[in-house]
Formats: sequence, structure tokens, C-alpha cells
Amino acid sequence: MSAIVPAIVGLAALALGYRFYSRFIAERIYRLDPAFETPSHAQRDDVDYLPTNKVVLWGHHFTSVAGAAPIIGPAIAIIWGWLPAFIWVVAGTVFFAGVHDFGAIWASVRNRGTSLGALTGEVVGPRARILLMIVIFLLLVMVNAVFAVAISTAFVATPSSVIPAWSAIAVAIVIGLLIYRAKIPILWPTIGGTVVLYAVIWVGDLVPVSLPGTFLGLAPGPQWIVVLFAYATIASLLPVWLLLQPRDYINGIQLFIALGLLLTAVFLANPTVVAPAFNQNPPSGTPPLVPLLFVTIACGAISGFHGLVSSGTTSKQLDREPDARFVGYGGSMGEGLLALSAIIAVSAGFATRADWDAAYTTFGATGIDTFVAGGSVIVAAGTGLPAGFAATLLAVMTVLFAGTTMDTSVRLQRYMIQEWGTIYKLPLLQNAYFATFLAVGACLALAFGAGGADGQGGMLIWPLFGTTNQLLAGLTLLVISVMLVKRGRRYAFTLVPMIFVTAMSFFSALYQLWDLFSTGRYFLAALDILIVIAAVFVILESTSAFLRERREGAEAPAV
Amino acid sequence: MRWVELRRALGRVAHLASEFYDAPYRGAVARAKRDEDDLFMLLVFSEMMGVPNPVSYYTLELQPLLLERFHEWHVRMGMEHSPLDEFRCC
Repeated sequence: MSAIVPAIVGLAALALGYRFYSRFIAERIYRLDPAFETPSHAQRDDVDYLPTNKVVLWGHHFTSVAGAAPIIGPAIAIIWGWLPAFIWVVAGTVFFAGVHDFGAIWASVRNRGTSLGALTGEVVGPRARILLMIVIFLLLVMVNAVFAVAISTAFVATPSSVIPAWSAIAVAIVIGLLIYRAKIPILWPTIGGTVVLYAVIWVGDLVPVSLPGTFLGLAPGPQWIVVLFAYATIASLLPVWLLLQPRDYINGIQLFIALGLLLTAVFLANPTVVAPAFNQNPPSGTPPLVPLLFVTIACGAISGFHGLVSSGTTSKQLDREPDARFVGYGGSMGEGLLALSAIIAVSAGFATRADWDAAYTTFGATGIDTFVAGGSVIVAAGTGLPAGFAATLLAVMTVLFAGTTMDTSVRLQRYMIQEWGTIYKLPLLQNAYFATFLAVGACLALAFGAGGADGQGGMLIWPLFGTTNQLLAGLTLLVISVMLVKRGRRYAFTLVPMIFVTAMSFFSALYQLWDLFSTGRYFLAALDILIVIAAVFVILESTSAFLRERREGAEAPAV
Repeated sequence: MRWVELRRALGRVAHLASEFYDAPYRGAVARAKRDEDDLFMLLVFSEMMGVPNPVSYYTLELQPLLLERFHEWHVRMGMEHSPLDEFRCC
């Protein structure tokens, strides 16, 4: 079957979802009101709260939520066949992620633009707020560990991506300096930076870099992990304008270029889907599709991380309330599209079924490199670019996404640790360097504890990361549902997704607990126990908050 | 005529690009700038807090210019009035 078929079906489904379902949600459920004074107007301070053009806001919402995760997830999950992954991505984006992201913006806008943490405390209760903080911290630790492993694997598999990926940091710093110090209008640094980046991708393709076989007893993969965390430590302590801001900006441009390139190439090259629709004989050791598929693909179908972005910056800059539909629902559609391209790349980028089977021999062993291998064949065939250049291009793009996410989440972790230092009056924790050291130490321990030290562990913690991410999504959907109940509105459209993702993460966590124990991976099993406990509390908290509100809501008039 | 249109279109693109660049980090950058400004203010008022300032002859001149910002600062720090005995504010 031609890969154009799933591409068109997917695009059409997403478009219909936006046209009809998001409109229904906007008008009947969230009841967006053009006359409502959004926080960007009511609390305007020209710093955090500032009315922003909806296209700009969509662009930044989309690029903040889309990253390496919607690429890695499908690259692993296709082991069950391409159809389950495809259905979950499309249905998840339309009925889950869209409603979740859109709802998180709406909930925050209706509550003076407060963050998800404060919102949970206010709407559900203080216990739920603490729970949320724990889940977020776990998620951040796992994001860093999992992305460090993913990048290191990509560096080893595609040595040509090493020079461009690290040069991108220099390009970003120069852009930051040109804009802030030299006050040069943005267009020139943008054009110059993009040209230089593609030039170094070309250079990287000519000069691949591989680390020595062993150094201090570490294989190349673990060596990269150490280097990456050293980078994340330094990067997260630098001022945001110097590195993070220009890096995010270049990544945003990269995302648009690469997504456009990949989708165009699919239509031009018309590759054949060689992966099975349903893999009847998955390799031994592959966990059951239900519930693991729903946590393996988190970003791209529904991801709790988006709620943090929605309630953190997006809601404070929303100009009119009806813009929330375009920004939130549209943003998650963009991510769905990225996941869709990843599915096509890993299912149609191989020449034969035998090649595909050779790539998918172990669950969790695939990732960025599989996406690069498949995607580069399609891009090369469709656009006529040399295959090596196409591979470096896709690898660099994914590595940059993952690297920026690491930088951001180490920074967020540091803020959280410093906040605890303030709450519990521990001056040492308030120290930026010590807090960063703690944050990075935790992530490094996890990356190595997960089996990264011998380079064999691969993406074992990927499903755990997805589980935590889905728990967070469940908590966000709970906040939205409770708000709907309080207003006497129909809540099934957020409650059903909430029950579904929470149940899937709970069962996944249980399955993984059994699996990790039986394979003797006690470190990860201990982490999983934490997740199971968090899941139980999410369920208890949800049930109690929901029943309470429904009792009270029955007495109050509908608004 | 064409040239003017092209310039206008480029200007619009540049505006969108700079919004796209600034929007996510406006708050973080403003806070970083505020921290730097606070440090500068501390240097200007350092004599009053008993920190010897070798260039007080020059910084004295800056004090009136910083009055507005000083007011903002002590309100932000949760002090209703100026904490400095020699420098009344409000």
C-alpha cells in the first residue's frame, strides 16, 4: 500500500476534527466567549501578560510542545504494526490531545492565567497539588534521562550528526548575542543562522565524529550521556536570552522546514508501506499492545506536558478567548502531524518487509536512529537530496529538539528544588549550583540505572516516561472536568479521556512492575512503584473531587 | 512600487519572527533584566547601607534618576516605605 493513503486519511481526519469536533467543544462545552476579558488584557503588564497575535501564539505553542517525543514514541510503538499506532495518534489527537491542550488553556484563562499547579490547588484541592508536583518532578527526571539516552544512541548511530548538533549551540549563542547585544533586526540573524546550520549539516556529513571504543571504562553511548549532562548543567545555568531562547527559535524554524520536507517527500516519492498493519508475530519480550501502546505513544496522541505549556505561558498571552481553539487544538494537531510523519517514516522508509523485521527485533531498541534511517530514504527519494545529507538533517533536527528539552527541563527541575528550599527554609537547596547538581545527579543516576552504563538498556524507561506523562494528562483533564461540573456543563468529553488515560497508565505501570521485577531490574521497578502509588492517588483524588463537585453542582444552577 | 510592497511584506515577516522569538521568553528576560537593574541600584545606594563606594561622587548624581525604580523595588520586596533612613521615598 502506498504511504500516501495513511498520510491523506490522517490529514483529513485531523482537518475534520478541527473543523467539527473542536468547534463543538468550543461552542457547547467550553463555551468560549469573545467578550470575556482574558488575563492578557485584565492583568496586562507587558511582560508575562501581553495580548499576542494568535498565529504567533500557535507557532510558539506548537514548537514548545512538539519535540523528539512524538518521533521516538511512534518509532518504538510501530513494533505492534503501523495501524494501531496510526489509529491511536489520529484518534488521540482529535479526541484527547486537542481537547486536553485546548481545555488547559481555557481553564487557565478562566482562572486569571494561573499555572497548572495553582489551578489544581484551587479547583481540586491542596493534596492534588502536591501530587501534581511529585508527578511533574518524576516526569522531568525521566525526560532528561530518556532524552540523554536517545541522543547518545543517535550520536553513535549517525556520527555525521555530531558536529552539526554541537555547532547549533554556537549558532544559537551568536544569534542571541546579535539580537540582544548588537541589536540587529531579527531577519538577518535568522537567515544567516539557518544557512550556517545547513552548511554545518553538510560539513557534518563529510566529517563524522565517533568517540573512542572505551574511555574510563565507558562505551561511546554512556560517554555521550555524561557529556550531555555536563552540557545540560552549564546550559541550564546560562541566562535564557543567551542560549535557550535562540535555540528554541532555531528549533522552531527547523521543525517547520523538516515537517514540510518530510510530508512533501512522502507525496513526491510515494513510498510503499512495508511494515505490517498488525504485527502478528511481534519479537519475544514485546509487551501486550493494550495497555502499553497508549503510554509508548504519549506525545503525538495526548501528553500531560502540554498542560504545563498551555497554562504556563500560552494562557497569559491569549488575546481573545475564542483564539484558544486555534492555539490549543491547532497546536496539538501540529504535534499529531509530526507523529504521523514519524509513523510513515518508520513504516514506509524500509525497502522490504525483511529490512523492517531486521530493524524491529527488540521492543524499545528503536528510536531516533530508526526514524532517521526510514525518513532519510523517503526524503532522499522525494527531494533528490543525497541520502547521507538527508539522514544527517533528520538526526540533527531530532537531536536538537531533545537537547533543548533537556536544557529546559533541567532548568525547571532546578527551579522546583530551589522552591522547596524556600518552602522548607533550606538555604543549600536555594543555591542555583547545588540545586542544578542535585537535578542532574538524579537524572544521571536514572540514565545509568536504566541500563545506560553498559549501553544495553536502550529505551527501557520510555514506557515509564509515557506512563508518568499520561498521569499528568489525567490530572489536567480532571481539573478541566471539575470546572465543567461546577458550571453544570456536559463533562463526558473530558472525563472519558481522563478515565481512559489514567486507566491505561495504571495498568501499564502494573504490567511494567511485574516485567521489571521478573527481569531483575530493581532500580526501575522501585521507580515504577512510585508511579503506581502516584497513579492510585490520582484515581482516589479524582473520584473524591468529582463526586464532591457533582453533589454540589447538582444544587447550583448551570452557567 | 513593487519595491515598496516587498519591503512592507518583509517588515511583516520580520515583525512576526521577532514576536515568535520574544513571546515565549518575554517574562524570563524581563525578570533577568530586573535582577541586573536591582544590582545596579544596590551599587548606587551602597553608601547608605554602609558599603563603601569608591565612586559615590558619580553615583550620587544617579540617585534622583532611580527614585521611581527604587519605589517599585521596595514595594516589590514587600516594604511599604523606604527601608533606608537617609533616603525617604513615599
